[in-house]
Amino acid sequence: MNSMVEMKGVVQRYGKVTVIDQVDLSIQKGEIFGLLGPSGAGKTTLVKLMAGILQPTEGTISLDGAALRHLAQMKNFGFMAQSDALYQELTAWENLDFFASIYSLSRKKRRKRIREVLEMVNLSSSKDQPVQTFSGGMKRRLSLAAALVHEPEMIILDEPTVGIDPVLRQSIWNELNDLKHKGVTIIVTTHVMDEAEKCDRLALLRKGKMIAMDTPEMLKEKVNVSSMEDVFLHYGGDTKWIPSM
Amino acid sequence: MDTFHVMKRILLQFRRDKRSVALMVVAPLLVLSLMWMVLDHDETNLELGAVDVPESMLEKLSSDTLVVETLSSSRAEEKLDEGTLDAVLYFENQETSLLLEGSDPNAAGAIQKELQSLRANQQISMNVEYYHGSEDLGLFDYVGPALIGFFVFFFVFIVGGVSFLRERTQGTLERLLATPIKRSEIVFGYLAGFGLFTILQSLVIASFSIYILGVFMDGSFFYVLIVTILLALAALSLGTLVSAFAENEFQMIQFIPLIIVPQVFFSGLFPIEGLGTWVQVIGQMMPLTYGAEAMRGIMLREASFAEIQLEVYILLGFTALFTTLNIFALKKHRRL
Repeated sequence: MNSMVEMKGVVQRYGKVTVIDQVDLSIQKGEIFGLLGPSGAGKTTLVKLMAGILQPTEGTISLDGAALRHLAQMKNFGFMAQSDALYQELTAWENLDFFASIYSLSRKKRRKRIREVLEMVNLSSSKDQPVQTFSGGMKRRLSLAAALVHEPEMIILDEPTVGIDPVLRQSIWNELNDLKHKGVTIIVTTHVMDEAEKCDRLALLRKGKMIAMDTPEMLKEKVNVSSMEDVFLHYGGDTKWIPSM
Repeated sequence: MDTFHVMKRILLQFRRDKRSVALMVVAPLLVLSLMWMVLDHDETNLELGAVDVPESMLEKLSSDTLVVETLSSSRAEEKLDEGTLDAVLYFENQETSLLLEGSDPNAAGAIQKELQSLRANQQISMNVEYYHGSEDLGLFDYVGPALIGFFVFFFVFIVGGVSFLRERTQGTLERLLATPIKRSEIVFGYLAGFGLFTILQSLVIASFSIYILGVFMDGSFFYVLIVTILLALAALSLGTLVSAFAENEFQMIQFIPLIIVPQVFFSGLFPIEGLGTWVQVIGQMMPLTYGAEAMRGIMLREASFAEIQLEVYILLGFTALFTTLNIFALKKHRRL
């Protein structure tokens, strides 16, 4: 099987609090995988585990077929955190240039890629503006650009479209689909239901437990409802019920 | 390699954040100037007695502040007893010697400074002795070296600590740790970026204190720079390390009374020789103690490198220790 992320029996505890409880999942190469859940469900912790920032308390995670042992493996991943992790004093271009240089892209390649991603998130005209003058949506877009600048094979996006207007959100999703067709694996967390529908497969997360995982259509079909919202209410209403996966 | 990129980024941020740059450079200058005004007010009239001093030399002595009076050796002694002379200059067997009244460190310092130029021009040796008291220089001359070290330490600690903390609070640390960068490369990048900046900072602060405020300086300017830069690096590595234990900028400020203020007490601004050994042991655990000691050695006693090398190595040791601990502390955020 061609899986990009493989989690087995993953448990994450902070002190006595269990944030992720026995999660098994496998994400295929080239799919858009959504993590849906209310805030506090453990979505961010789960993606940090996937990004190799966190080490699970229990269980195993393999990325692209291998456990994360060397930093070099992280070259293939891109991560967009929930907070806009940007240097406020620096311009958009300088931020991207810094992150690109960490991935040791050549100067020429860096310039080309930065231009491309700025174009993609529609920030080309603001490239020389310091980030502190940016609006919330602009910062979000720049964060996305920073996650994509080194052409990773897998990108992890934590709530990528918060604060972004519908038009731009659509164009970001178009970009994500384009990336998918290039074979890039995309992992997205969201609590927006209509965004969840755009994913190839979805995992529903609640209180650190994975309560369902399937394609959006199958999820709806299984519980015989018409919207993702209803699916979520169905599973969320009764947490004792663990579906077969 | 990535160390270089982090360093470059930090320097770029400095260029944008003019205020922090000003804090690190201008604030020490301002405070040093204020202290200089309080501690180093020049006496309007310095009374100098001259015994057997040749006319040619006397001419060179006259200045706005110096009132020179030629008198006999016995009369000079009487006047020193009365306290109506600040110093007496003797000339015997082609040698000059200066006898300072010595009860007022400010006057003693001022007279020595006045005569320093004479010494430099004539290249004659001058023995300096004290009629009263000890070899006290002006108060500011004595605390100046420690103060230069302290201000460099203090402001680098604050700015370095806060910028590393902000890396965490604004999420860029986590973002960075999601890239293949090594933990050590982040820490060394900080050392390098701030290190380059502190060369400039040390240069400005040391030259301002020495050449504009006229802090007594007998030793090598180069050594002064070396020691201030090492102090700055120790401050930076300590600041970035303790920032791991702060949740926000305000908590970083809370470290000032805990970590910075005690160091001032042990940096030689207050005499601690008479205190118990355990008090002195506390002082020996503080970087500023060594920095200030080395600074005083260089500036007041014209110390050679051999005489300050112990302090230099200890400062390097502190930096190495704090840096290692910091690289280790980052494990909390990413195991690899």
